[in-house]
Amino acid sequence: MKTPLSSILLVLLASFVGSFGSVFMKAGADRLERSIRGVLTNWRLPVGVAIYLVSFAMYTAAVKSGELTILYPMVSLGYLWTLIWSRLIFNEPLTRNKFIGIGMILLGVVVLNLGNR
Amino acid sequence: MSAIPSQDPVAVAPSKRNQFKGNIMVVGCTVLGAAAQMLIKRGTATLGPLVDSAAGNIVSQVPAIAWNILSNLPLFGGLACYGLSTMLLVLALRYGELSVLYPIIALTYVWVSILSVTVLGETLNVFKVIGLVLIVAGVAVLGKKEQSN
Repeated sequence: MKTPLSSILLVLLASFVGSFGSVFMKAGADRLERSIRGVLTNWRLPVGVAIYLVSFAMYTAAVKSGELTILYPMVSLGYLWTLIWSRLIFNEPLTRNKFIGIGMILLGVVVLNLGNR
Repeated sequence: MSAIPSQDPVAVAPSKRNQFKGNIMVVGCTVLGAAAQMLIKRGTATLGPLVDSAAGNIVSQVPAIAWNILSNLPLFGGLACYGLSTMLLVLALRYGELSVLYPIIALTYVWVSILSVTVLGETLNVFKVIGLVLIVAGVAVLGKKEQSN
């Protein structure tokens, strides 16, 4: 079964869009208040969740055609996008351990999915 | 001057201790996420087609569709686990760096694989084992405190 380029691009886009979900959740979490009003008016949290759902819908549409062993691991690229936003938006340091750790996780997800073939 | 004084955000100071607390909370999220996946898989196995194309307008079927999902206990439980997992993630994100906490979610793959073998009776092979070891090691490297040099 061949994986169409459109599916690959759609999953890449889904992982890119989804990474903004984590950005909004982090921004919302940093502004979390210990009051019902504070939680209800924290618009960043529902926006983050909504972005996740959109990303999930894109992924579901993408995997209708193509190989899961190729498409599924590509979702994990979201960790890489999130690393970039963490640096640019939240000024978190880019450290060697983060690159090595995420690299090992990505490799692990790819190898794990090879086992599902 | 608002009548209801809004409380200040409960700030969490960045520290190694708080980062560790956040890390542990995200691990909790991954356990809930894996439970959610297993329950949803079980729930959808007994779920019939949600939309009856012969019954016409999809909007009029919404109550029936909602009932079909809510009355399916594993499916409902799975969705509830996802909800709890998301809430715990938000709480966890307050305690540390996003770039450390977020990739820990990959541990979900590990729990799902273990549950697939123990509960669903799927088999492991060398690829799966190497993949799982790499993911666990990657999360460990990520959570390890940086050596100053």
